[in-house]
Amino acid sequence: MNPNHDHFPEGESFRQSLGRRYRTASIWQGLFFSAFLIAILSLGALLYNIIDGAFGYVAFDYKNDPSEFTSKPLDDLNKQELLDILKTNLSSGAYKKLDNEKTMEKRSRSVLYTLVLERLIQIDTKETWSMTDSILRSAEIKVEAAEKYPEAKLEFRSWLTPVFLTTPMSSKAEFAGVRTAILGSLWMVGIAILFAMPIGTGAAIYLHEYANKNFINRVIQTNINNLAGVPSIVYGMLGLAIFVRTFEPFTSGSMFGVTDTNGRTILSAGLTMGTLVLPLIIINAQEAIKAVPDSLRQAAFGVGATRWQTIWHHVLPNALPGILTGSILAVSRAIGETAPLIVVGASTFISIDPDGPFSKFTALPIQIYQWTTRAQSEFHAIAASAIIVLLALLLSLNATAVLLRNRVQRKY
Amino acid sequence: MKNNQTPEIAIETKNLFIFYGSFAAVSEVNLKIEKQKVTAIIGPSGCGKSTLLRAFNRMNDFVPSSYVTGEVLLSGQNLYGSNIDPVEVRRRIGMVFQKPNPFPKSIYENIAWGARINGFKGNMDELVEQSLRGAALWEEVKDQLQKSAYELSGGQQQRLCIARTIAIQPDIILMDEPASALDPISTLRIEELMQELKKNYTIIIVTHNMQQAARVSDYTAMMMLEKDGSRSGTVIEFSETKKIFTNPKDKRTEDYVTGRFG
Repeated sequence: MNPNHDHFPEGESFRQSLGRRYRTASIWQGLFFSAFLIAILSLGALLYNIIDGAFGYVAFDYKNDPSEFTSKPLDDLNKQELLDILKTNLSSGAYKKLDNEKTMEKRSRSVLYTLVLERLIQIDTKETWSMTDSILRSAEIKVEAAEKYPEAKLEFRSWLTPVFLTTPMSSKAEFAGVRTAILGSLWMVGIAILFAMPIGTGAAIYLHEYANKNFINRVIQTNINNLAGVPSIVYGMLGLAIFVRTFEPFTSGSMFGVTDTNGRTILSAGLTMGTLVLPLIIINAQEAIKAVPDSLRQAAFGVGATRWQTIWHHVLPNALPGILTGSILAVSRAIGETAPLIVVGASTFISIDPDGPFSKFTALPIQIYQWTTRAQSEFHAIAASAIIVLLALLLSLNATAVLLRNRVQRKY
Repeated sequence: MKNNQTPEIAIETKNLFIFYGSFAAVSEVNLKIEKQKVTAIIGPSGCGKSTLLRAFNRMNDFVPSSYVTGEVLLSGQNLYGSNIDPVEVRRRIGMVFQKPNPFPKSIYENIAWGARINGFKGNMDELVEQSLRGAALWEEVKDQLQKSAYELSGGQQQRLCIARTIAIQPDIILMDEPASALDPISTLRIEELMQELKKNYTIIIVTHNMQQAARVSDYTAMMMLEKDGSRSGTVIEFSETKKIFTNPKDKRTEDYVTGRFG
């Protein structure tokens, strides 16, 4: 007989202790569930807060009555009529400036229509209400608006419209769009990925497949891990010192005959972002390469492959999905970063599309930041809309990359 | 005692020591492996069987800090000589691993890849068929050569790995417990296959399974840790399999093969 037999509880006392064990378990389960609930609620609150700002009632007024410019209702005017109105009523200097940016005759009717509204009739937003208010207190808002602004029109508006996506920046919130900011962000992450992905993957291959596990390489490895956690503003300073200043002839494009820019270009920003995500890409690529089983390398070596053939034909193809996933994460981080861009010198007011790596630029987070610092509530509404655009852009980039990854993942 | 006819030697070790850093994992091995025979390496776990096997095609080169002293001679040439490229060694001496490790590619590609990287210029379809026939797999897969190798059963995968190895026409095939991850039926097929293969190739097999060694091998090398407590393995007895199992010279071999080891 086992001498320890008596030390175990039996019968009723065993069932009691079992009950205690289950109670403890259910307490912990409850705690885990609450943690999950808090996380979901915070996310929900964030989304709600953004959407709440982007839609709602707005009370606005025309500074100049449309009848001052035309006898017809505005909506019935054709392109030529709109053009004539602009020609006769704008000062010749202002007209010339617009014409220089893009020939007026070549602009579409809706663009001209917006210009008439923006420059001549001039919308004056009196007050905006949040979506929740607009839905729950609709009647009260109508009364309130009629009392406070008897002249004004009240309209339920989505600040996020197709026009918002396709119009460039404007000093008036009603006419401002995120086109230049979206293009700036895309250019920037494009350059960042083109720069960081080959270098990051190459470094990861070197570290995992070639480098000896000696002291120096261990120090380098540790530093790469630490670099991934360095605050982004530090990368901004680095970008300012190196890409904007030191490499100015290259980043400003003056080396290639581009004039009238300084080093504060998309190229500088893209390279800075590339440097910022480089450690992230290296670490993720290393993980992906590490996940390729050693048995596969041995199989390749076993049939007389060189190290390069093993890496090129087996390690890389099998690590590629993981490397792509890592780059997705990197893009997600780069597209939302704001601090380095401020330091590198993104312009906050750009109304012309970036047309190459040497353009001045703005980016979505910069635009959002700038709009939220404005006093007028309509700017907060378009900031909320721009945040929705940023999130949508992020999600669609991720989705593209996931699709790409699944496509690359060969189905044998 | 010797026959008049001297047996042809495929590969030979002379005073071979294998080190991991300062630790000699295998010490003082002198073996003469005969051509077109199956030679089994048996012994308890951790005595350096696989290490010794991997020394034959320089697979230990991938373990940092490992090195050997002594010689491994393939037709008189030291594989560890300074003028020898390990890639060429592995092209001459193929290897089948413990766990089937086909490439995540089609059955066809699994065989064609090794040939292609080694500069094979002949008819690839023919080579694939010939190799699969050689590994007794052709009849099972001839209609699905483009299927992923991962869809095959474990035993089929292992035979595919053998086919992949013979596709590059090595002189010697090393097998590191090739059947230990397989069921008895698949194991039997591999064993039968080895009898076929030894008509053309020299086979060295590491196995844990003594019945297997007795069934398939012509010669057996018995490995054991050295008695001096250095944790270093060595070959304590090497002779014909029949002798090892019926009339071993060393007491330790006798204890081991009769299951009295302990």
